[in-house]
Amino acid sequence: MLPRHRDPSVSVDSLFVSYHGKDALRGVSFTLLPGSMTGIIGPNGAGKSTLMKSLLELIPRDHVEVLILGGSVKEARTRIAYVPQRSEIDMTFPITVIDTVLLGTYPKLGLLKRPRRQHKELAYHCLEKVGMEDFDSRQIGELSGGQQQRVFLARALAQEAELFCLDEPFVGVDAASEETIVAILKELRDQNRTVLVVHHDLSKAEVYFDGLVLLNGELVKAGPAREVCRPDILSQAYAAQLTFLEKNGVGV
Amino acid sequence: MEFLSGILEYGFLQKALLTSVMVGMICGIIGCFIILRGMALMGDAISHAVLPGVALSYMLGINFFFGAVVTGVLTALGIGYVSQNSRIKNDSAIGIVFTSFFAVGIILITFAKSSTDLYHILFGNVLAVRASDMWITLIIGIVIAAVVYLFYKELLVSSFDPVMSAAYGLPGRLIHYLLMTLLTLVTVASLQTVGIILVVAMLITPASTAYLLTNRLWVMIYLAAGFGALSAVVGLYFSVKYNLASGAAIVLASAVWFMLALAFSPKQGVLWRHFRSRRKKAALKGL
Repeated sequence: MLPRHRDPSVSVDSLFVSYHGKDALRGVSFTLLPGSMTGIIGPNGAGKSTLMKSLLELIPRDHVEVLILGGSVKEARTRIAYVPQRSEIDMTFPITVIDTVLLGTYPKLGLLKRPRRQHKELAYHCLEKVGMEDFDSRQIGELSGGQQQRVFLARALAQEAELFCLDEPFVGVDAASEETIVAILKELRDQNRTVLVVHHDLSKAEVYFDGLVLLNGELVKAGPAREVCRPDILSQAYAAQLTFLEKNGVGV
Repeated sequence: MEFLSGILEYGFLQKALLTSVMVGMICGIIGCFIILRGMALMGDAISHAVLPGVALSYMLGINFFFGAVVTGVLTALGIGYVSQNSRIKNDSAIGIVFTSFFAVGIILITFAKSSTDLYHILFGNVLAVRASDMWITLIIGIVIAAVVYLFYKELLVSSFDPVMSAAYGLPGRLIHYLLMTLLTLVTVASLQTVGIILVVAMLITPASTAYLLTNRLWVMIYLAAGFGALSAVVGLYFSVKYNLASGAAIVLASAVWFMLALAFSPKQGVLWRHFRSRRKKAALKGL
């Protein structure tokens, strides 16, 4: 069990988000502790990515009391590493693998400063960590989905952040890459960093994560993975899909 | 040869050449970011939308630089407003807003001046470049080179991964409007050489040629500037020698480099791609 006396690295209280007046998230609250790895799960359209993006103020929110790494998002920005969904990135962009990882050193560099040798060494080291150093001068689009995701994880590592947010990192990723990514994320957790992952595959949720945030427009339950991954709890979030299955004569 | 001696002999040709080379270079530089951000249509829109600004500046007797920047930026804001606040898709919003501005510009110009001026603004008239135009182009070129050099890092990361760059605190919208402002400056600089209608070609074609040839942004920027300059020289040569419209000749020259790159680029070229896939198929035939 995680020690309870530590201050949470993320605390969210009644988060409301809407798109043109239509509710996307209603009153979501939860806390994350440093040294924990948490999955955001829920059916399609439950607001998983919306939760992550609104948390980081990438999309506007209607109401929230939020504390990230002991302050506002604005103060914490350079200590947060965010890995977007791969589909949001233009993989034909003229950039090599090593230069992609080097982008991770930009937040702490600030305006007008160029990456120096130590930054390049850090980028290369992070690339080694994910086992992609042999591909350093390839164009990013020449890699497979799993390799690309490992490169973006290396970029997040180069940010030397305290909070890591990954949006659907396992979509279109081969099993070996998924294993590598999970191992590295667990290592980050063991270094007392906070890891938050939007995840859609229920089967692995309990194995991968310490804590889970189960969403369906509103918070269904947040807590230790064991307590959330129970049929009675999950069925609350996946109710719509379950009635469909029952109607079609599939036993649950 | 006549072209060379003409350059040495006539001041107006020197100014024309220098100005069009500078225009080719800055269009190439800005063009890289325009095409990488998927804003080719936006480039077309902004370049057309400076027309009312140019007309108003004529009427008020001020340098058309000021009017153009105002209407260019207004157009960018207008497009952003329409596409963010309605279900109208971005390309439609661009079409609606810029054509409206362009139409206003045409009406204003016909009020203000004769139709010959309209013709020159739309299609350029490089041989009528004045010394002041050349200096404005130089200043705009320096501004653009400086901005791209100083904020290269930010332009790179926000073009490649806008979500990540916003997550670490880069102001995405500010960068967008900064680029739009630079785009209007480029358009103003290009008025005399290629004209409003064809500016978009100088923004997109040299940058796209470069895009086919490299996997590094900084190399792409240098290549695009180079192709832009080369197009200007070659275009101007044919324009002077055969009495062709200068803007059209420059644009066609840039299209030639593009076609060569499309065919022969080592990695992206259609020719090598064709051979590679044929070799693959041939190798599998024995199975």
